[in-house]
Amino acid sequence: MLTPDMLKLDDVTKTYRVGALGGKAVTAVDRVSFDVRAGEVVSLIGESGSGKSTIGRMVLGLTPVTSGSITVAGAPVRPGRAYYRSVQGVFQDPFSCYNPVFKADRVFRLIKETYHPGVPEDEWAERVRAAVRDVRLNPGEVLGKYPHQLSGGQLQRLLIARALLLDLKLLVADEITSMLDASTRVDVLNLLADLKTRGLAVLYVTHDLALGTYLAERTVVLWRGTVVERGPTEQVFGDPLHPYTRRLLAAVPRLHAPWEDAPEVRSCPYHDVGGTGGLAEATPGHFVACARLSDCRGDVP
Amino acid sequence: MSLTVTDLRVSYQTLRGEVRALDGVSFTVADGEILGLAGESGCGKTTLGKSLIRLDGRMRHAGGTVELDGRELPIGDDRAMNAFRFREVSLVPQYSMSALNPTRRIGRMVAELLRSRGETLDRAKLETRLGQVGLPREVLDRYPIELSGGMKQRVVMVVSTLLDPSLLIADEITSALDVSTQQAVARALAGFRDAGHVRSMVFITHDLALTARIADTIMVMYAGMLAEKAPAKTMVEQPRHPYTRMLVDALPEVGARHAGRRLTGIAGSPPALLDPPPGCRFRERCPLADDGCAERPPVTEVAPGHHVACWKV
Repeated sequence: MLTPDMLKLDDVTKTYRVGALGGKAVTAVDRVSFDVRAGEVVSLIGESGSGKSTIGRMVLGLTPVTSGSITVAGAPVRPGRAYYRSVQGVFQDPFSCYNPVFKADRVFRLIKETYHPGVPEDEWAERVRAAVRDVRLNPGEVLGKYPHQLSGGQLQRLLIARALLLDLKLLVADEITSMLDASTRVDVLNLLADLKTRGLAVLYVTHDLALGTYLAERTVVLWRGTVVERGPTEQVFGDPLHPYTRRLLAAVPRLHAPWEDAPEVRSCPYHDVGGTGGLAEATPGHFVACARLSDCRGDVP
Repeated sequence: MSLTVTDLRVSYQTLRGEVRALDGVSFTVADGEILGLAGESGCGKTTLGKSLIRLDGRMRHAGGTVELDGRELPIGDDRAMNAFRFREVSLVPQYSMSALNPTRRIGRMVAELLRSRGETLDRAKLETRLGQVGLPREVLDRYPIELSGGMKQRVVMVVSTLLDPSLLIADEITSALDVSTQQAVARALAGFRDAGHVRSMVFITHDLALTARIADTIMVMYAGMLAEKAPAKTMVEQPRHPYTRMLVDALPEVGARHAGRRLTGIAGSPPALLDPPPGCRFRERCPLADDGCAERPPVTEVAPGHHVACWKV
């Protein structure tokens, strides 16, 4: 591939200590490896507790890695001003990201104070307006307003505009559209699609398969902290090989087609044991962790 | 006719005035029918659901009637409604955790609940019902915290339909669940209707695709009014109201790719209901709107069972 890896996870494991005195260990993320290239959206799909948000948090340096390595543009994650200049996250609930007492555009002011103290005021104001226009908002409509006067979609896009004021290379988008209405959700998704054509790498974390497929070049499916299937989106969803991926797909409600029954899978290791076997390359770039891949392919047409 | 709502008006009292969250909504739900109620946040779907069972302190019944099985529900009178709640009208709330007492085992909680309503617990019936939603009887000996979100949601479903109510209101009950759990819960809900545990159902969700899977009829609301009501299949295949059409177009399907067909959102946002503009409320965002839309469009039946409130159909 011509474009270099912007984000690379190599055998990343995260273990949480739980219980009294941290006597028990829970493995939230188990030897996960994948990469995101510049100008590419990779969606990380999994159900609650699959470890998808933990991965996002580790990439953002909000929680340390237990073992393995995460590199961004070749350098390890090092939380700090320099790191956050190029790596930013946007999260599920836009309302909780704003202080309701202050106007919403205060988030831009804070960026200027932290990262661009030397920029003259009028030039900064112009940059803010440009960033707001970049996220398809009308500066006159959204600047100078309080958070409660703006919709969830507008607030979410302002947070992306905030990230654009930095020298952004990688965006971690963790369930950013799950609180938005169908009518505004698409605007945020289309915005991400436009940003990737400008070379931004996006790690799109979601439980919504339809939204994940809409945007992403490649998809990583997580189950209980491990990658069960990853590869080009068309292949992962067009020809899902792992029984878990098939179950997930079958359960998605579709507008125009009745619910498929989850395909019956005989003696699949993912039913009774924790492990799934290592990732094996089924077709070029399409990896599946299924110990009985050949049997399964025979089982389900 | 199981449920008949006529010109229902409900408003919220705020410091700045009255917010007319429901502004003259009329519809019917037949016996055995699941009505899916869809729309954007703030369109009044949750207000409508609440109006049918309990108006909270800020809500005021400003007009209109609700009739269930031929009897008028005293929705404005909190005490008089008690006779109907749980027995005739029941609710499955969005957050099942908040419906379960965290300090009681499920079985004891259900027994206490029934006793407080002057009923006795039929343990065999309870266990059968649990079995129907795929839960083992052991959950009765567990605390709510020991159950997963989907299990709790199913427990609440079983408990709220234990007295075989006529109408069940399910408000966003699957929005906090994963797809596979969502499917199980939605199917269990339809199964309750099929088994006759509830006669009819109002299923409130923002997810049009999910509604299309379990509802018989879908009603789309916009800014406190009915926009369109049609059989589920008609609604997703041949929507007539411009708002519904745009809403359906904004939904990505699994497998749809940005590169293939770019979906479009709906520009703008719904009008504030504090002092709503006269005429069609979708006018500001509607591509078809003209001067004629300054007058409020009547709800007309364009085909049997297909009602649309738009001048342009």
